[in-house]
Amino acid sequence: MSIENQAAPTTPAGRTGDGAPANLTHGAGASVTMPPRGPEPQPRGAIIRGNHPIDQQEAARRFMAAPQHLAMHDQRLWDLRQKRDKQKDTIEEWEDLRQLASDIKTHTLTHLDTYLEQFERNAKANGVIVHWAKDADEHNRIAVDILKSKNAKRLIKSKSMLTEECGFREYAGDQGIDVVETDLGERIQQLDDEAPSHVVVPAVHKLRTDVAEVFARTLGSDPNDSDVSYLTEQQREHTRPLILTADAGMTGCNFAVAETGSVVVCTNEGNADLSANTTGLHIVSMGIEKIIPNLNSLAVFVRMLSRSALGSPITQYTSHFRGPRRGAEMHIIIVDNGRTDRLGLEKFWTSLKCIRCGACMNTCPVFRRSGGLSYGATYAGPIGLIIDPTFNRHKYSTLPFSSTMNGSCTNVCPVKINIHEQIADWRQVLAENHEIPAFKKSMMKAAGALLASPRLYRASLPMADSALRHIPRFMLYNRMNTWTRGREMPSVPKETFHQWFKRTRGKDGKKKS
Amino acid sequence: MSSTDSRAAIFAAIRANRPNVQPPQPDVPLFDTKAPTDLVAAFSDMLGKMGGSVLDPQGQYPINALRAAVANKGIIATAVPELHGDPSLQIRQVLPDMDPHSLANVEIGVVRAAFGVAETGSVCLTDTELQVNTLGYLPQHLIVLLDPARIVPNLHHAYRQPEFHEHNYAVFQTGPSATADIEGVLIHGAQGVRSLRVLFCAPQAG
Amino acid sequence: MRVGLFVPCYVDAFHPEVGQATLELLERFGCDVDYPFDQTCCGQPMTNTGCHKESKATEELFVRNFKDFDYIVGPSGSCVNHVRNNFDAVEQTDEVKHVREHTYELVEFLHDVLKVDAFPWAEFPHKVTLHNNCNALRGLNIASMTELREKKFSKPRDLLSKVKGLELVDITRPDECCGFGGTFSVFEEATSARMGQDKARDQAKSGAEYVTSSDSSCMMHQEGCARRLGLPTKYIHIAQILNGARA
Repeated sequence: MSIENQAAPTTPAGRTGDGAPANLTHGAGASVTMPPRGPEPQPRGAIIRGNHPIDQQEAARRFMAAPQHLAMHDQRLWDLRQKRDKQKDTIEEWEDLRQLASDIKTHTLTHLDTYLEQFERNAKANGVIVHWAKDADEHNRIAVDILKSKNAKRLIKSKSMLTEECGFREYAGDQGIDVVETDLGERIQQLDDEAPSHVVVPAVHKLRTDVAEVFARTLGSDPNDSDVSYLTEQQREHTRPLILTADAGMTGCNFAVAETGSVVVCTNEGNADLSANTTGLHIVSMGIEKIIPNLNSLAVFVRMLSRSALGSPITQYTSHFRGPRRGAEMHIIIVDNGRTDRLGLEKFWTSLKCIRCGACMNTCPVFRRSGGLSYGATYAGPIGLIIDPTFNRHKYSTLPFSSTMNGSCTNVCPVKINIHEQIADWRQVLAENHEIPAFKKSMMKAAGALLASPRLYRASLPMADSALRHIPRFMLYNRMNTWTRGREMPSVPKETFHQWFKRTRGKDGKKKS
Repeated sequence: MSSTDSRAAIFAAIRANRPNVQPPQPDVPLFDTKAPTDLVAAFSDMLGKMGGSVLDPQGQYPINALRAAVANKGIIATAVPELHGDPSLQIRQVLPDMDPHSLANVEIGVVRAAFGVAETGSVCLTDTELQVNTLGYLPQHLIVLLDPARIVPNLHHAYRQPEFHEHNYAVFQTGPSATADIEGVLIHGAQGVRSLRVLFCAPQAG
Repeated sequence: MRVGLFVPCYVDAFHPEVGQATLELLERFGCDVDYPFDQTCCGQPMTNTGCHKESKATEELFVRNFKDFDYIVGPSGSCVNHVRNNFDAVEQTDEVKHVREHTYELVEFLHDVLKVDAFPWAEFPHKVTLHNNCNALRGLNIASMTELREKKFSKPRDLLSKVKGLELVDITRPDECCGFGGTFSVFEEATSARMGQDKARDQAKSGAEYVTSSDSSCMMHQEGCARRLGLPTKYIHIAQILNGARA
């Protein structure tokens, strides 16, 4: 039990060790204090070349060439995975909850029309104005029209992957709206003009020294002070006046409850509540798949979300917006933007179950080593690999190959999406639709022909008496021997198993004595 | 395309693309067979783990402890009948028609929770208790009164409470506002309150 | 019991001693083992790359080679997982179904089918750390997984606990993929090598002299990374330890 006898400090927390409790390890915090690192220039994300397929490996290579960033990123996310494991161990019914969560989503996604109608009916009865948007453009237009109708100039908003997906901030900016992100990580990314690299911790790829540089450049803070308490306080002090002078607020939506017409938003900072409650206008961006039937279902998801995401039992704030405050307006924009198409994909529709907890990213060994921006798409990591190609099959055709398909993502998924199997299924779809590079395809054709023929296969193996011992071609798949860039070649034995067997046992398989 | 046309298009697409399975709606159990018997202790433990703390009355009447906790701490905003507004003590009474921004310079807000959740150490604050919703986040610090008899074991029980049907706004607040967005270093008071303390006390009779 | 010995292509080419140990081990337990001469590969490299059509003929060849056996046993979780769980390019005839259902990874065959309770000939007086191939772990379920809340078990550990003198030590991230990933190892070479190097460092830090696994492919990759880093760790297939290798 934590008992505090003294009155709370009346001054701002200040820097760590100076009034603020040092080394806090609860909630979303790291369970071990990491050594300060840097400075080291921040590696940037994938190079976007129009509609060209993303070269994730190229960006990953640059990320891995920045050892300070790589070490912090890997350690932070692996720590989140371990904290998640500890939470899982405290909940006896954990696997039952995962199954329930998955079943509730299956039920809801197969009755999406029923529940959306019920949600709309209840939300309207609560005094909410409901809008429908088929795509990103329509979402953006509706939101900006609402803002303009209220003569709103400044919009404070909490983090929403849907608004990222829609490119809302850029659109609203072009329309003269000053959009202020209020989540710390998202604000850092906004100020640095960079997309979020992770659905839950948007700036997790940045070192504190990177943040110090961004804040010095944009907020005028001390470029040489990278103390995290200082940086966080700088942001609070700079954002608060913007919050207090904003004309409207916008939030995303983690869950939409059909039974009550409520939207539920989960944050650790309380910034969604600030965004929604400080001004007279609250706009909610909601994807159609966010719907769940009722409050009993909501309990299942709230129990899983933060435990899966950050290894904390619940987000510091779980906020339920059922209707507008007295004298205020509340709008909900319900968005499709490709979701109904995804619903029709037999092998991939269950990806709509995703609750954006990011657990698959935290556990993914590829993600941890390459950074979320290396994927060059709104959704990075394992869940991104199976969602991104539905937005643009060509541009994101390479992403399903940025995986070892080890299956850890599937195991941590709180709604039991078979992520690694869908990655394999996407590879097949892409190969069959000529969305893999021609050299890869022809290599596989050649390998297939070779491996289907015992004679050709035997001929391709390194010979015992060959002066030049080399790895068989079909195992390299490439004229360039990429294997040896980071590894030694295996040594080639005197004879293959096949030759040994033939020599010692003969065709009849009996031991020669 | 108007929003109405889009609505129709979305529903048509949903019906056309409906996955070919018809699973029943699963029942959600209460998962409370092993719920702790001492809910106050379980709640307090979780609250501590989430960065909040229990305000110990140290043998005083809880209300006296509350008065002591807010004395000479700057501007106080109260939404509880246990602590009345008193300009001479810089204690402001929160009233429903106040401008949400007017709470920006408050040092400590005082509010009563509808109930608490032992599983997570959360308090449920609704628009009725808060009077002005920003009381929950604009003050620097928050003191929450909680009736020890109003603690439910877990979130399954919590979501069976009537509050979520009755209030336009309800929040589970669990400890203070926090962020670990920079290298996982946890900082209290990212945007909302820098500290949250819970004082156990039953509401005044009547 | 007629057992078809399935020797995956890289075991054939690079680790014949693993095939030999597997064969001898099965024979020690009285299995009537045959090695079909015309075997090549399971087809995984093509399927793994999305090219299912291209792996059809290889899968058909596999079925022709192994359809007449009671069991098919191979020293590789990855290849066995492919046959059992992903053999979809080929038409699902009764023969194909038989092959899929009766193909076993060596450890699970010893543990579940032969139910071996002793390896009297085995002695390995070394510190060893175990690497579970991801397909063997999450596809064939040869051990409990750290991500799931489930009862802890490990078939390879059970078997290794019967080896005299062997001391098992743990690494810090036991379930973490080593980055081999089949064609991933050459197409996404940088990430693959980095993951393998991290794995090799973790193994070396554990104080283990040896890494063992029921999969040669992961170890081929890990060993290549360890050599590049100049780490002293040695790599040995579990079949060799169970068959009585001393070092």
